[in-house]
Amino acid sequence: MAREAALAACLEAVLGSRSSANRVFELLEPLAVREPEDIVSAARICGRLFGALLERRELFVGPLPEQDASLGGDYSAQDKYRIWMRHRYRDCVGCLGELMGHDAFQVKEQALCTLMKFVELEAQYPLIKIEWKGTLTFPCDLLKVVVDGLLPSTEDASLLISRFQEYLEYEDVRYFVMKAVTANIGQVMQKTKERPLPFYQQNVFSLISPINMPNKESEMVKFMVKQDNREELKFSKLQAHKQVFEKMWLTFLKHKLPPGLYKKVLVILHDSVLPYMNEPTLMMDFLTVAYGIGGAISLLALNGLFILIHQHNLEYPDFYKKLYSLLDPSIYHVKYRARFFHLTDLFLSSSHLPAYLVAAFIKRLARLALTAPPEALLMILPFICNLFRRHPACRVLLHRPAGPADMSEDPYVMEEEEPSESRALQSSLWEIQSLQNHYHPDVAKAAAVLNQSLSEMEDDISGLLELSAAELFDREVKKKAVDVPLEFEPVRGLFGKKNDIFAEHFSLD
Amino acid sequence: MGKAAKRKKKVSVPSTAKGPVKSAMAVVKSNPFEVKVNRQKFDILGRKTKNDVGLPGVSRSKAIKKRNQTRFTLERQQNYGKKNIYNLNEDEELTHYGQSLAEIEKLNDIVDSDSDTEERGTLSAELTAAHFGGGGGLLRKKVSSEQQDEEEEKPKSRKELIEEMIAKSKQEKQERQIRRESALELTEKLDKDWKEIQTLIARKAPKSERKDKEVEKPKPDEYDMIVRELGFEMKAKPSERLKTEEELAKEEQARLQKLEADRLRRMRGIDEEANKKRPSHMSADDLADGFILDKDDRRLLSYKDGKINIENDEEKGEEGEEEEGEEEEEEEEGEEGDHENEEESQEESASEDEEDSAADGHSDLESDLESEGEAAENKEEEKDKTNENESQNVEKLDPKREAAKSELPYTFAVPESYETFKSLLSGRTIEQQLIILERIQKCNHPSLAVGNKAKLEKLFGFLLEYIGELATLDLPELRTIDRLVLPLYNLCQMFPQAASDSIRFILRDAAHDLEEVIEVKGRAALPGLDTLIYLKIVSLLFPTSDFWHPVVTPAFMYMSQLLTKCRITTLQDVIKGLFICCLFVEYVSLSRRFVPELINFLLGVLHISLPKSQAQGYTVVHPFTPVGKNLELLWVCDEEDLKSWEKQNVPLSIVTRFKEASRTEINHTRLSCLALCFDLIKKCAALYESLPSFHEIMHPVRILLTKHMPINEYPEKMQEWYHSALKELENKVKHYTPLVCEKKKPVPLKQYTPKIVKVLEFGRKQAGSKKEQERKQLIQRHKRELKGAIREIRKDNQYLARMQLSEIMERDAARKRKVKELLGSLATQEGEWKAMKRKKWKN
Repeated sequence: MAREAALAACLEAVLGSRSSANRVFELLEPLAVREPEDIVSAARICGRLFGALLERRELFVGPLPEQDASLGGDYSAQDKYRIWMRHRYRDCVGCLGELMGHDAFQVKEQALCTLMKFVELEAQYPLIKIEWKGTLTFPCDLLKVVVDGLLPSTEDASLLISRFQEYLEYEDVRYFVMKAVTANIGQVMQKTKERPLPFYQQNVFSLISPINMPNKESEMVKFMVKQDNREELKFSKLQAHKQVFEKMWLTFLKHKLPPGLYKKVLVILHDSVLPYMNEPTLMMDFLTVAYGIGGAISLLALNGLFILIHQHNLEYPDFYKKLYSLLDPSIYHVKYRARFFHLTDLFLSSSHLPAYLVAAFIKRLARLALTAPPEALLMILPFICNLFRRHPACRVLLHRPAGPADMSEDPYVMEEEEPSESRALQSSLWEIQSLQNHYHPDVAKAAAVLNQSLSEMEDDISGLLELSAAELFDREVKKKAVDVPLEFEPVRGLFGKKNDIFAEHFSLD
Repeated sequence: MGKAAKRKKKVSVPSTAKGPVKSAMAVVKSNPFEVKVNRQKFDILGRKTKNDVGLPGVSRSKAIKKRNQTRFTLERQQNYGKKNIYNLNEDEELTHYGQSLAEIEKLNDIVDSDSDTEERGTLSAELTAAHFGGGGGLLRKKVSSEQQDEEEEKPKSRKELIEEMIAKSKQEKQERQIRRESALELTEKLDKDWKEIQTLIARKAPKSERKDKEVEKPKPDEYDMIVRELGFEMKAKPSERLKTEEELAKEEQARLQKLEADRLRRMRGIDEEANKKRPSHMSADDLADGFILDKDDRRLLSYKDGKINIENDEEKGEEGEEEEGEEEEEEEEGEEGDHENEEESQEESASEDEEDSAADGHSDLESDLESEGEAAENKEEEKDKTNENESQNVEKLDPKREAAKSELPYTFAVPESYETFKSLLSGRTIEQQLIILERIQKCNHPSLAVGNKAKLEKLFGFLLEYIGELATLDLPELRTIDRLVLPLYNLCQMFPQAASDSIRFILRDAAHDLEEVIEVKGRAALPGLDTLIYLKIVSLLFPTSDFWHPVVTPAFMYMSQLLTKCRITTLQDVIKGLFICCLFVEYVSLSRRFVPELINFLLGVLHISLPKSQAQGYTVVHPFTPVGKNLELLWVCDEEDLKSWEKQNVPLSIVTRFKEASRTEINHTRLSCLALCFDLIKKCAALYESLPSFHEIMHPVRILLTKHMPINEYPEKMQEWYHSALKELENKVKHYTPLVCEKKKPVPLKQYTPKIVKVLEFGRKQAGSKKEQERKQLIQRHKRELKGAIREIRKDNQYLARMQLSEIMERDAARKRKVKELLGSLATQEGEWKAMKRKKWKN
């Protein structure tokens, strides 16, 4: 407390008379060494000091001359003082920029807040000489310092970034932040030479993914700096915003991403990136690469691709072949199952698809269903039923009265990547027949539906997509039974059943 | 309170005014001006009409009278609250039948009830009949007839009448006592006789006893006798001889076959509703009215002391009555009845009631239920017997147990909480624990007392919890659990519903815990040994082959979640996982249902037993990954260990407590796990060979076994396991027949013939089920009551208006009178004054 009081007194003195200006060093000094609490209070005091100076316009405006040069040059005493003070201000900003990499979060937070306060004040009382009416007075350099501090390449700064989110509400701040981020990525990634930097990329992602782009130009009303000539400035145009946004994302995605981040990007891509790009087709390269990677990443890329194909006339050669090759046992087990099947349902909803293709899909989905958990089975069985309804030509898979009586092999070739070569139409859905013996009563019933001729109406599977095992269990355990059948064979101990498999392999010790 | 008062009044009014009203009614009925005839448009045969003739005048006067009285009560009620409730004499008069009680008290013809020394404080039947309407039934009728006789002779005074009553009641009491004594004597004598001849007719069924009794009764009608004899003929066969062992075995086999058939039906999931609804048997003589005569409930007509003996046959009823009578007596003597006795009698009376209700209406339904209940009881008894037999056998075999038995007390109360239950069992040997449980069950059998069922149901939960606790111990007491499963099974057989509820509860908790952990952490570990034991117990207590089962199906789902969601990172996890696989195989061993998770898991286990390999030709799914941490978990490369390995049973305690084992031991456990895995694959192959896509299901496993498994490095015994599994996989014929849909049933054309409903009873609505009929009745009754209520309210309002009017008129008249008086007095005053004036004038 005593220190704080001393600092406050010092602040009063510096602000009070220019004669005690040298005491500024007393204020700047504790920024470098002390305990986190001291640094925080010192940063706060500095903020107040330079805030007041900015408001009083006691800092030199225009390009800053060298300190030594200014002393010798033909400046007035007033200017000399201002130049000298501006140099202290620069020192302070530099210090704060460094402090954003401090270990203690409170220090980082205080540094961030102080810097943003400077940004706000500098925007209001610019340190750049206004030479003509359109001169950009926003303190881009200062903001760059902030952004650099926000994006360390050695640690996760998501907490600090989330603190920073409130400033991104301002249209102008957001605009310049996006610009700064783009520049920063360029600088940082150039050095690494195509090696992924997990922390840095994660930080960039957490900074840019929550950016909330405006939908209409009329919505852009919240600016940090009130400028009269706003209309003429670039950053008040939605078009310009979109351009910067697009550039930022493209720069970010240009570099190789770690797999976890890949998925995260793809999850939000279709929803919060593609709609705000001037030219969404520019994402095509990225999506195509992602689609080719395989596994969950491919599944996720599907969503973005769908938008491009659907809304932007993207021509994707062998799309269905690719989709077909995506079907592997993991699709029933991954987290993104609902999203994938929702899209697959969309892709296969066209009635213009050839029968061999749909049959191949059906057969493959059914084959893979042999390893699926019950919650997925309850979704895929109506899904397959719907496919049969949409494509009656495929019904030979269920009903082939005039076929060969006996076959020694399933004609369908699972390993074939080309749907047209898979001979699915010559096969039958024995998999579904096997699933009629599934242990879960609902699955067995759902599979038995295919024994009868199907009804005309399609099943609504939207409710089944998100079905989870826990839900299924709850549903089952809540059922009330009228009577409970009992085992009639009397027990003879824990492992005492006839041919008890446990008795063969486990002992009760 | 008000209502009660009203009701009393209602009852009391007609009884006083009976005589005069009756005569008045006759007069009124003969007066054509008082009668209103409701003309009927159509005459309908068989319809009874109550309301063809109305007496508006009479009913109106009745209503007014009633309202007057009600009003009186209302006024009293209004006064009631204001006054001191204890001071009865405070300016209101107590009445009885509208007469002042004070006046009655002055009269000396009050009954001296104290003169009856034996029945202090109680009233004789006649007295109650005369004063309060009596108890109804035969007694009442008889009395009334007697009274009528007396009335015919000559009217007696009240005093005489009452004296007569008292005398009669005394006499009757004496008679009753004598009768009872003689009956007692007779029964004693009979018992003696019976004992004497018992040895002679030892083979006869106890039914004959009843026959002896019947001899005493007056000789029934010959026809009745024949009917009875015919009825008894079936029952009077000689008692069954002891069955030979073959026969017993045959019966047992038949029983098992039936149970097995039931099980199969449930396994196929055939709709049970359809089976239930079908009636079991239809006789050619069936009237299709749903009536089933299941016992001959006709009574033998007999007389006792000149009265119809009604309850002769129904021993139960008689007993009940006797007991009740005894109870009454006890109460009369001022003794407090024993609680148990009371309860019993209540129970019995309840059962009587049930029987009565069954007798008087829908006998078919309820008697069905009863017989079912009886059957169940019989079953239970049988089971108990078998249990007892078993236990006896065990006793003979086990001298240890005998010793343990002698040390323990013989009766146990069912513990109320888990803590007491635990304290009861803790520190005892297994034998003692079993005996304690057995005795608890025997001492508190549901047939012994009312609350026992609920208590024993709780016991199941406690036992289950106890088992869980034993399994979670650092050194799990699995041997104890092994024995405790037996009483658990018995309890489950007794209370299936409660047992299923408590197990479902445990499963639900376990599943919710799992889900929570997954939500928070994103992954979960396999549960402890207790949960595994519970899952195993499920398979012991319930049939796991059912298409749907309230306990087994959730257990299936839970196990499926365990195999797909839980991480496999240690050898213990693998053992637990394989344990669950064994459970799955056991669960589906009869129904042969397909469990994809099982195959996936086994494939994964095989995968982690390989040296670092690139999975080619097969894909492992969650929780296993083609590359990652849990690889090589079962991989053994130490040649020494490979050579020295012997197939051992994996001890389950390894799951909770992985003791500091040497590398060799760990390696041996790994190999045992691998052998178990091979065996499971073999069993799966045997189970699923009939599935049409058997080869597709087993394809990845086969690829892994044939192409990736370095089997030559394993010892010979392991190779045996491997080859037997592989053989089972490969010697199945590939056989595919194209699918053909089931043919659609042709939809029958709609026919528009009218629906014909049989009318079995005229004058009654036939529609619908019993429930529907009841509903209709209720609706009708509600309608009627509503109408009545509206009518009453209307009358009430009219009455009130009239009363108000009369009050106003009274007031007006009084005022008029007063005004007149005043005017008169003024006039006289004026006249006097004038007269005086005139006088003065004159003077």
